[in-house]
Amino acid sequence: MASVDFDYVAVSSYQEAVEALARGGEEAKVLAGGQSLVPMMNLRLVRPELLVDLNPIGAAPPSVNGSTLVLGGLTRHRTLLETATVRRHCPLLAEAVRYVGNARVRNRGTLGGSLAHADPTSELGACALALGAEIVVQGPSGSRTIPAHELFVSYLTTSLMPAEVVTDVRVPVKARHEGWGFAEMVRRTSDLAIAAAAATVVLEEDGTARHVTLSFAGVAERVVSAEDDAVRSLVGSTGDDRALGSAAAGAVAALSPSSDVHASGEYRRRVAAVLARRALRSAFDRAAEGTSDAADGAADGEEA
Amino acid sequence: MTTDRDVTGREGAEAYTLRVNGREVRVAARPSRSLLDVLHDDLGLGEVRYGCGEGVCGTCTVLVDGEAVSACLMFVAQAEGHEITTLSGLASLAGDAAATEVHARGRALHPLQQSFLRNGALQCGFCTPGMILAAHALVERVGQPTREEVAYELVGNLCRCTGYAKIFDAVAEYAGAAADGTRARHVEPVSDHGSVAS
Repeated sequence: MASVDFDYVAVSSYQEAVEALARGGEEAKVLAGGQSLVPMMNLRLVRPELLVDLNPIGAAPPSVNGSTLVLGGLTRHRTLLETATVRRHCPLLAEAVRYVGNARVRNRGTLGGSLAHADPTSELGACALALGAEIVVQGPSGSRTIPAHELFVSYLTTSLMPAEVVTDVRVPVKARHEGWGFAEMVRRTSDLAIAAAAATVVLEEDGTARHVTLSFAGVAERVVSAEDDAVRSLVGSTGDDRALGSAAAGAVAALSPSSDVHASGEYRRRVAAVLARRALRSAFDRAAEGTSDAADGAADGEEA
Repeated sequence: MTTDRDVTGREGAEAYTLRVNGREVRVAARPSRSLLDVLHDDLGLGEVRYGCGEGVCGTCTVLVDGEAVSACLMFVAQAEGHEITTLSGLASLAGDAAATEVHARGRALHPLQQSFLRNGALQCGFCTPGMILAAHALVERVGQPTREEVAYELVGNLCRCTGYAKIFDAVAEYAGAAADGTRARHVEPVSDHGSVAS
């Protein structure tokens, strides 16, 4: 099937985009990579009257500004996957994006589009939460910054206001004693996640955890962070298996995933606990390696 | 510029100039018309095939500036200014003008196509154009992909006949040959019945 007819405007700046969206009102939609929106249009689940195509705006290459990795909203998934700057300063994103869609989706799909689409199974959404990313948006009343934990509201719903578009995503660069982990369960590579977990850990010099984050995709009506209590239990620990298992169990106890044809809610929750444990394990191990990160970077043979 | 009707008779068509397989073509279409429909219906490129319309199956794969995309998820209005390559234009990417000319008359196969034939990497053939274009983009990018890399890249191109093993063989053989230069990327003419001498 093909989409219903619509009017189309390509814009060359975010300002133009905002103006076009404001004029188009509720019947206007933003077209970025189009890898989620256009399938929905082809299935006629969505019938916008106007598409505002951001693609001509383009995205600057990923760059580091102080302790922040700055990613243009139109950064394609393939760029996250292959750019040395991203792999070095935010390896969690570079790893998680491997799980996003298929090669064609990664060639076209964008980071800003993915976050604004707010699919509850979004790997990048879960990472944005775990990393404490900030989403910079532009709208009719100017620019503002939304912390990731305030962006995702519900199924395909964000706190973006009408006529607001994502212009940049700001991610804290990986700290020296920081480790990360990502784990996903999927029926076939490239499918939507049954469940996924992302974790980060920052260790003190003595090897105990100073800061731990954990987030999930596929287990709620939006991507979610683990409850504070669950991850706080790991602060001060060295991340032994027992502590991780108990934190993971605590984190999923608060979840009530829904059932669908792919998996029951109870199965999802059990899977989520395993994935959380694995993601945390990887994060603790990588954080403990610490100095070997520099070696990884050198092996890339590319400068940031 | 607005013309009156597109090929489907729909009013309000715009005139678009596309670069498809190395040639400039003009089409009249509503901006909402999918690139897939323009290539398949308007330009008669039968190798760009509708499969799922959701970007999942890969049968409408085309190269846009050398990278594989789903033509069902792009609109004609987005295609202007980009180099579109479909399977029948793949030979032109081999950079051999004479061979491209041979190919233009429908009488040549790209070395990767030949590798698919030699390896029996197709049965019904519906997925083959997308499979070859996706594999071609991968080899162009990484040179000699591992079998695992080929599998990862082609997971988005569904084949319901071959079970993929021979497809992977065909890609590996082509990539290996291209890498060591034993089978330069030139295009060989084929006989009328379409088979390739081994």
